[in-house]
Amino acid sequence: MTQLPTSTEKKLGLVIDLDTCVGCHACVVSCKGWNTENYGAPLSDQDAYGSAPVGTFLNRVHSYEIQPDQGPAQLIHFPKSCLHCEDAPCVTVCPTGASYKRVEDGIVLVNESDCIGCGLCAWACPYGARELDQAEGVMKKCTLCVDRIYNENLPEEDRQPACVRTCPAGARHFGDFSDPDSNVSKLTAERGGMDLMPDQGTKPVNKYLPPRPKDTWEDIDILAPLLEPVAENAGGLLGWLDKTLEKL
Amino acid sequence: MHPAPSIIFFTVASGLGFGMMFWLGIGAPTVIGFNAFLFYLVAYALAVGGLISSTFHLGNPQRALKAFTQWKTSWLSREGWLSVVTLSVIGLYAIAEIFFYTRLIPLGFLGAVLALASVFATSMIYGQLKTVPRWNQWTTPVVFLAMSLGGGALLAGQILPAIVLIVMAAIAVILAWITGDKAFDRAGHTLSSATGLGTDGAVRAFEPPHTGTNYLMKEMVHVIGRKHATKLRVIGMILFALLPVVLLLLSANHVTGAIAAVSHIAGALTIRWLFFAEAEHVVGLYYGKR
Ligand code: SF4
Ligand code: SF4
Ligand code: SF4
Repeated sequence: MTQLPTSTEKKLGLVIDLDTCVGCHACVVSCKGWNTENYGAPLSDQDAYGSAPVGTFLNRVHSYEIQPDQGPAQLIHFPKSCLHCEDAPCVTVCPTGASYKRVEDGIVLVNESDCIGCGLCAWACPYGARELDQAEGVMKKCTLCVDRIYNENLPEEDRQPACVRTCPAGARHFGDFSDPDSNVSKLTAERGGMDLMPDQGTKPVNKYLPPRPKDTWEDIDILAPLLEPVAENAGGLLGWLDKTLEKL
Repeated sequence: MHPAPSIIFFTVASGLGFGMMFWLGIGAPTVIGFNAFLFYLVAYALAVGGLISSTFHLGNPQRALKAFTQWKTSWLSREGWLSVVTLSVIGLYAIAEIFFYTRLIPLGFLGAVLALASVFATSMIYGQLKTVPRWNQWTTPVVFLAMSLGGGALLAGQILPAIVLIVMAAIAVILAWITGDKAFDRAGHTLSSATGLGTDGAVRAFEPPHTGTNYLMKEMVHVIGRKHATKLRVIGMILFALLPVVLLLLSANHVTGAIAAVSHIAGALTIRWLFFAEAEHVVGLYYGKR
């Protein structure tokens, strides 16, 4: 049903640490790997070895540059996947009921056997978290690895989303936001976890930890005073060179 | 947004078909027998043709019937229902007129209201989307309804209402362009609000997530068409309103009527093309585009 539940028992989601992410795209690859082999239609590629390859991905890593007024620019790697919004517009627009939000854990899923591939849910999502698979004609999106997190056939440590399990930098955290003592709730509180595009009113569950402030230029130069030039007005050969070059 | 031909044809054709049904439903013109048959043939060809065309862009059209289930939340589902109910009600009304030479007036009025409701539902599929600020304003349903009523009147041979309504539709379209051009900035979405990174300085998209394109960019970050937008707006307006209205005012006969209709439809298709091509989805921000 595309009516959103008024509340969910759990609020499973991710915390993504923009300070720690190194932009290695390992989470993109592991996501594609797991989700192409497991739940639902595979994530197809078109013209994979040709000149214009395209394909379905549920997680993509953007990179942005921040240029502060002072100091060097910062590069921020920005992984983006479904944020499992509480007020998910992608769910309510769906005409078939294929899109739904689970009452038990808040995960937003697509029932592929009901999906007609109209694409309206992808239009309704502000974050670009849904992609229509071009081979199967059904909507694909992050499932929060619903087939891993409850999977008793996997070792305990693997019962988390593939992207979280694979991240070499520890930039991704999985947990229940409805529990104030969970790892994700604590991280969000400590580091000021933020919503993406809050003005869209989607109430995303996933949170992003902003980059920490960086050191400044000046602090690095502890030895600089010792290296200051002794003579301001150079004479001799250097002085002559200086004057000649100036005249050119 | 990507201007998909099947969707442009669908919205224009079904809008005209339902517009015609509105006028036939209220008895303007009052038609019976074979004459009625011809009018309903055109109206149904447009409305049903448009609806069939809308299924061409589906990934799995064989499951289209499932789209009737979620009318409680989904405008797309409501549109499906309203279209089918309108086609049935007007169908009964038409059968009575064509074969029994009887006019079931209340049924006709009910059908007329339903026809407008169908067009409204179509407009709300786009109008509801907060992610596309140009669509997410009151002008979207007004434009769809005015275009449907004006074009429907023209095809139903209602000269005076056609002139008045086409002029009103043209004004609504121009208003939608004026407010729409500022809608994205008014909504306040920028790369820094999208990423939340703006507090420490200017944000710039440094590198996209992939070297090629993807579904999202093809579907929602359509920038090619906007280059000629101004020219197309002028051409669209001339074809949609100016030429038909001038022709009808000079002399309203079958020949000028036919030319006016062809010109009007070409103009409506141009305007609808722009409706899609000029619409900017907020997801473009993440790609450093609009
Ligand atoms: S991120 Fe997009 S797809 Fe995911 S729940 Fe929110 S609106 Fe829906
Ligand atoms: S593409 Fe599928 S899941 Fe999305 S709105 Fe259409 S039917 Fe629903
Ligand atoms: S795997 Fe971790 S560090 Fe690498 S891109 Fe993904 S989130 Fe960033």
